[in-house]
Amino acid sequence: MTDEILLAFLNDFRPSWSEDLRRRVGAATDRFVRADSLQVDLRRFHAPEREQYHATLLLAEMLRHRPAGAGHIVGITEVDLFIPVLTFVFGQAQLGGAGAVVSVMRLHADYYGLPANEGLLLDRAVKEVVHELGHGFGLVHCPDYSCVMSSSTYVEDVDLKAERYCRDCLDLLAHPPETRANRI
Amino acid sequence: MKKPRIMIVDDEQSVRSSLREWFLEDGFEVETAEDGLDALKKLDSGPFDLMIVDLKMPRMDGITLQRRLHEVDPGGTIIILTAFAAVDTAVEALKLGAFDYVTKPVDPDELSHTVRRALEQKRLTEENVRLREKVSELSSSSPIIGGSPAMGHVMDLVGTVAETEASVVIRGESGTGKELIARAIHAASPRRFFPIVAVNCGAIPETLLESELFGHEKGAFTGAHYRRKGKIELANGGTLFLDEIGEIPPKMQVDLLRVLESHRFTRLGGTQEIESDFRLVCATNRDLEALVKNEAFREDLYYRINVFSIDLPPLRDRLEDIPLLTEHFVDKYSRSMGKPPKLMTEEAVELLQSYDWPGNVRELENAIERAMVVGQGNRIRSEDLPLRVEQDAVRPRERSLDALESAHIARVLREESGNVSQAARVLGIDRGTLYNKIKKYGIQSG
Repeated sequence: MTDEILLAFLNDFRPSWSEDLRRRVGAATDRFVRADSLQVDLRRFHAPEREQYHATLLLAEMLRHRPAGAGHIVGITEVDLFIPVLTFVFGQAQLGGAGAVVSVMRLHADYYGLPANEGLLLDRAVKEVVHELGHGFGLVHCPDYSCVMSSSTYVEDVDLKAERYCRDCLDLLAHPPETRANRI
Repeated sequence: MKKPRIMIVDDEQSVRSSLREWFLEDGFEVETAEDGLDALKKLDSGPFDLMIVDLKMPRMDGITLQRRLHEVDPGGTIIILTAFAAVDTAVEALKLGAFDYVTKPVDPDELSHTVRRALEQKRLTEENVRLREKVSELSSSSPIIGGSPAMGHVMDLVGTVAETEASVVIRGESGTGKELIARAIHAASPRRFFPIVAVNCGAIPETLLESELFGHEKGAFTGAHYRRKGKIELANGGTLFLDEIGEIPPKMQVDLLRVLESHRFTRLGGTQEIESDFRLVCATNRDLEALVKNEAFREDLYYRINVFSIDLPPLRDRLEDIPLLTEHFVDKYSRSMGKPPKLMTEEAVELLQSYDWPGNVRELENAIERAMVVGQGNRIRSEDLPLRVEQDAVRPRERSLDALESAHIARVLREESGNVSQAARVLGIDRGTLYNKIKKYGIQSG
């Protein structure tokens, strides 16, 4: 497995800012990042009673599509994601695993009745992708609100944090998992 | 920092796995159970900081589980997961003591917020218990009084050993203040922000001592209706003070040795190993070496506990401390009885300094308390002191010249209201000599 990260834009979703996203995720993670489109039959993950898509099942699908050369794959979609017990999730990742999914639906300013803002959407998408990748690298939520690994349950939380890992998280990333300190 | 432990109890596999991932990402240690019975089984793996419990489950539902959990661990924190239709039952759960309930599907922010509030309340509750113990400990403790060289040496030893993790044995006759010394060691140690938990091994029957030290699980014996933490567990982070260690029965000596070696133990009737990080301080008025020789005390336990030893002098060997001690007790009982402070007559002080004090400082305190109750006016006279003191005191007894000199200087200083020049004149010595003697005997001249 390599350090390469694949950003997989699902189906027809390929925003104009996808190249900016690729570049900024690469800068934040210090890894080689590739972006590509991926065709997935999303109907299999659709929950009609909720009009949402099952994030955990989609995540499993992402892992099936991970190319041999990619260390991590992040599926990026416009559809709304959920896990069974929660109303929604911005994204989901395997802790210490190779896969993640991120939904940009609730990252749009116009989702909250505000004027559309592509720049803000890109900022938010970068943070969510870097956050989910952090879980893939084995990081848990960080108590530093400005760290990209801080927990976000509102989109405003996403806006508060930076798109980079704080010094403590970088320190944890620099050490093998068995020597990492536990924290909450 | 230790990861908080959380158990998710829900019959839906997808809910369990979703929440498991969610809390793992939040840095929790997560256990899952598919129903109430499964949850009770998994409690054996150790205590949980928080349990998230679904209401509707096969075999054992959330309400029944909550009742069972309450029996096992009355302080446990539970958040109820419920479908919208079952809110009435959720309210019943709240009445039974659940922290809160959340309705499925849960808004992530609501779940995150509820969990943080629950953990914060648990932390505050535990801190409150710890602080209450600390306040009670501070308010019930007495200062160590004494300017004699003997007590100065004891306090030097306390200062030396307090910062270490070494086990300490405090030896001394009854009433010499062994527990005060144990508390002084704890108060000066890095463990002072955690409790000192005292157990009088000689005052508790053997059958109860085991439960007192190790705690018990519900149903461990007749009358064990609830799980109870033992003193060893309660001393986690702090100091365990075992008074009258020489009285500990042989079987308990084996168990105690095992705990001291591993700092791990199980509650009576339990299978789960519990870890407790405590520092041990013991006290005894027995001759431990003689007990070891007579095989009444295990030699290996003796060496384990006797890393550092402090001998407390009996009061008869530090009679020069009597004026200070007396002043302290007079002040203490004046406050508690709401009376103005009283002075001791010269005869009363002489009487106190002529006595052997077999009951040591405790006996002196009792004598002063009684004198404060029965004495009339603003002075304590010799006749106000307990009869036993008066009778014993008339016996001729040996006393050192230093003790007599110290007592006399203290008395004159007191009579001259602490005026050193005036006292030096009365004593027939110059001020410099008097200052030297005040320093030598540790007399408080103010």
